[in-house]
Amino acid sequence: MNDILIYITSGLGALFVLLAAIGTLRMPDQYLRISVNTKAATLGVGLLLTASALFFLDLSVTTRVIAVIIFIFITAPVSAHLIGRTSYFIGNKLWENSYIDDLKGKYNKSTHELKGLNKRKNNEEETESKSES
Amino acid sequence: MNIHDFLYYIILPILSVSSLLVFVRFFKGPSIIDRVVALDLLITIGIGIIAIYSILSDTPTFLDISLVLALIAFLGSVAFAYYLEKRNKNE
Repeated sequence: MNDILIYITSGLGALFVLLAAIGTLRMPDQYLRISVNTKAATLGVGLLLTASALFFLDLSVTTRVIAVIIFIFITAPVSAHLIGRTSYFIGNKLWENSYIDDLKGKYNKSTHELKGLNKRKNNEEETESKSES
Repeated sequence: MNIHDFLYYIILPILSVSSLLVFVRFFKGPSIIDRVVALDLLITIGIGIIAIYSILSDTPTFLDISLVLALIAFLGSVAFAYYLEKRNKNE
């Protein structure tokens, strides 16, 4: 029973890692590559680590494996978001067939702040100065 | 086919082939963002290889190294993103 679970988890994990690698090679755009990397590789490595936890069936090993999985699941979206944001500011173009750019015109290109935030800040300053005067 | 043979002859070759494919993207990558993403994915595949190798050699101590590698991958990509954005701002 345990062996069958190890076969299933390690096989699925290797399959997802292979899919992530093929996606990183074949996707046409930086943003799509970041997306593939984050989703597929995180799930694949989580399954591979689960396979090793199932093999040892020991409390200390299981604790370590759960710590690694939780760490990866927390940090992968954060780093993907940061890299995607930087890639948008550096000026990498979207793929020619993806025609929706939700961030277009919403970022201040020189200070890297959201324009809505800036406007709100200015409004607050104006209201403060009015109330002071 | 017992579990040792399965891991040794099927899973490890799949992981090696996928790390080779990521290496191609790492050398080809048109922009520096591609290289950072490929490096992140390489380290992540390394964590998976360590997990399988700890089963094969029956030493669970190797899993500590995977924790350190996960930390290094996160720190590396965050530092790259931070300084690339700074460089763009100053220019």
